[in-house]
Amino acid sequence: MRQYRKSILFVSGNSPKMLQDAPVFGSDGIVLDLEEAVAPEEKDSARLLVKEALRFFDYSDMDVIVRINSLSSGFGEKDIELIARERPFALMVPKASAEQIAQIENKLDQVEKEEGIPAGSIKLIPVIETAYALQYVHQIVTSSPRITGAFLNAEGLTADFGMQRTKEGEEILYARSRVVVACRAEKLNAIDTPFMDSDDYEGLEKDCYKARNMGFTGKAAIDGRQIDTIHRFFS
Amino acid sequence: MVISKAAQAGSSETSDILIMVSPNPDGGIKLELDSKKVILKQFGKQIEKVIREKIAEMGVKDIMVIAKDNGALDYTIRARVQAAIERAI
Amino acid sequence: MKNAVGREIPEYIEGYGKVRPFMGAFANYGVRERASVRLRSVKPGEQKLLASIDEVVDKVNLKDGMTVSFHHHLRNGDYVLNLVMAAIAKRGLKDIHVAATGIFPIHEPLVEYMKKGIVTGISVNYISPGPVAKAITQGYLKNPARFMSHGGRPRAIESGDLHIDVAFIAAPEADAYGNINGVNGPAACGTLSYAIADSIYADKVVAVTDNLSPYPACPIDITQDFVDYVVVVDSIGDPNGIVSGTTKVTKDPVGLRIAKIAAQAIDAAGYIKNEMSFQTGAGGTSLAVAAEVRKIMKEKGVVGSFAAGGVTGYIVDMLNDGLFRNIFDVQCFDLKAVASYRDNPRHQAMSGSLYGNPHDKGAIVNNLDVMILGATEIDLDFNVNVVTGSDGTIMGASGGHNDTAAGAKLAMVVTNLTKGRLPVVKEKVTTVTTPGETIDVLVTERGIAVNPRRQDIQEKLVAAGLPVKSIEELKETAEKMTGKPEPIEFTDKIVAVVEYRDGTVIDVVRQPK
Repeated sequence: MRQYRKSILFVSGNSPKMLQDAPVFGSDGIVLDLEEAVAPEEKDSARLLVKEALRFFDYSDMDVIVRINSLSSGFGEKDIELIARERPFALMVPKASAEQIAQIENKLDQVEKEEGIPAGSIKLIPVIETAYALQYVHQIVTSSPRITGAFLNAEGLTADFGMQRTKEGEEILYARSRVVVACRAEKLNAIDTPFMDSDDYEGLEKDCYKARNMGFTGKAAIDGRQIDTIHRFFS
Repeated sequence: MVISKAAQAGSSETSDILIMVSPNPDGGIKLELDSKKVILKQFGKQIEKVIREKIAEMGVKDIMVIAKDNGALDYTIRARVQAAIERAI
Repeated sequence: MKNAVGREIPEYIEGYGKVRPFMGAFANYGVRERASVRLRSVKPGEQKLLASIDEVVDKVNLKDGMTVSFHHHLRNGDYVLNLVMAAIAKRGLKDIHVAATGIFPIHEPLVEYMKKGIVTGISVNYISPGPVAKAITQGYLKNPARFMSHGGRPRAIESGDLHIDVAFIAAPEADAYGNINGVNGPAACGTLSYAIADSIYADKVVAVTDNLSPYPACPIDITQDFVDYVVVVDSIGDPNGIVSGTTKVTKDPVGLRIAKIAAQAIDAAGYIKNEMSFQTGAGGTSLAVAAEVRKIMKEKGVVGSFAAGGVTGYIVDMLNDGLFRNIFDVQCFDLKAVASYRDNPRHQAMSGSLYGNPHDKGAIVNNLDVMILGATEIDLDFNVNVVTGSDGTIMGASGGHNDTAAGAKLAMVVTNLTKGRLPVVKEKVTTVTTPGETIDVLVTERGIAVNPRRQDIQEKLVAAGLPVKSIEELKETAEKMTGKPEPIEFTDKIVAVVEYRDGTVIDVVRQPK
């Protein structure tokens, strides 16, 4: 099994150009995003686009992860229904909780059976982006054998905590520590939140250094230009 | 499948295609494709074929389609046609 | 007959003449002669300053069928070509051959003159997409346009292949006795390199300026001994149009990815070392290659001998950073380059001939180690097209493409593998501008292809772990995404003749159906 240890690159699931370019940056994994990057009225269209992209492009050199919508949004179930059949490496689960993971697991069991895919082959990556998820992070990452790692989304946390994000990231020190400990204890991938200013290479370097020193196995990217820097810090 | 209203999917971004569908009162499939000349000359037939195949696959008999292409690949065309039709039924 | 790149070319082309077919990039060297020049010597006390373009047209005795020339250092801001051609049109002259080093959208009035038979011939080494390029494609010009390279044009002038009756030289600063420079004045554009051969070989030479200064107009680029007349107009050009095109490093992630792989390949091939010489275009991706090369040079502590070409502020920064000792400048792309050329003696001008003429005693391209090139299309033989889009529409001309490719030790094409839905790697390019035998490496975001002639490079890149593939594989990768393009249909009408730098015909452009 390949691993998305060092880097995952987020691309909008509704952008044909980004879906086409996604594989050229050499990231370990790519995340085709149906959630944050897609407006509610485009969810149906993006879902179809990602489905077709998975059939069309050669993504064989990387782990393909699809960030679905949460089940509570009303879009998540359809996402799983359509996307799981294309056998992505993993689904990324936003606003993760053990309950939601269990429901998704059921759904995946069913789809895998229908499609004749070996049971348990589609992996899960919970997104830690709520106070609740942070508090129960160890419980979440151990809630399914499909889980191979967790992704800390600090931008998501800001809403729950009412905090101001900074490039230095002092405000997420505790969140980072907590996610790393839970993942490391279970030998899972711990993917750090992306650095949001893709023009600031120096800021990205500092952020990578910090995340690696804290024990993250890798870092998410929001721009292909960030991958080379990330790979210099994580191995 | 019957097209009951006008709907569209896609966009005019680079590498995307904007698909606008509506009922065809005259019956049958009516397709209007617009793209850069350099694309129409080399890929016009292929784009049309992909659109028609998707329409047939979805069991649609009567439809008007206006496609405004901006360099979309086949997979995008398929997805946008399906989304537009699903929104129009 | 078929030429050395397998193109079917007539032996004789109406409105062009007998065809010398392309025989190979290095087939045509040896003893050469330069054309002699007819001039009218100037007696002490004679005045050169004339009051208007109209007076100039009288004085130089312009007639039907003559050749007038222009340079394109003012790029899309140039007013001079239009001013002169309007005066010529007003006279009712016809059958004029316009030998411009470059044509831009601003030169749209040419289209009307083409339709009316006032202009029946165009020779050009650079053309940007726009109304004139379109009109040539559509066959409005009576005779086929003649496309040359930046080095091929001065070669043609010096050999007598291209005889210029009157050269009109846009002069950002001039004195009344004909000394010209490009660095001062409201339309300062830097070097005047492309106009040098014209100034030496044309029968009559006219400086057109909007900035008449007291004698002498130092620092002088073209000296008074070559200039017959000086005329003052309100404005020779719009400074905003002079700095045209992309002159900044791209932020496009794919372009940067290509640049990074390209720089790694240059390094792996062993060309990033002390005394290296380097040239790149002004496009966003090409400049990004310069940025990546700069990083590696800094890491290794390398100092290069020279950077060449059309020069941007970015290359000037590299000079000032001590990464190169010198710049050879054929054209300034922005005001930072203009200022550097004016103020820094290590920033040297080179004439078009010195830049790329294959039939002089050695052009500067012969001293180039690394050349970064663009491409509209490249084929399985590594032939490159920069002249026509894949639908046959004229989009450009060689510029320095085939000159630098022939001269450089490492000629590297950098391009996206697909542009929109269009694959860049083709079975056969629509029009050959630069022969594959002079192209060493193709770098795309999805892999590198090395010309089989360069096994040495292939081995080094593979050893460095770079993503080397065959060009056939790259073509297949592209077509998996885009599909196979249907062939374009052409009529038999030849609308342009593409000359290789040595004056042989490497291809023709036929009118698309």
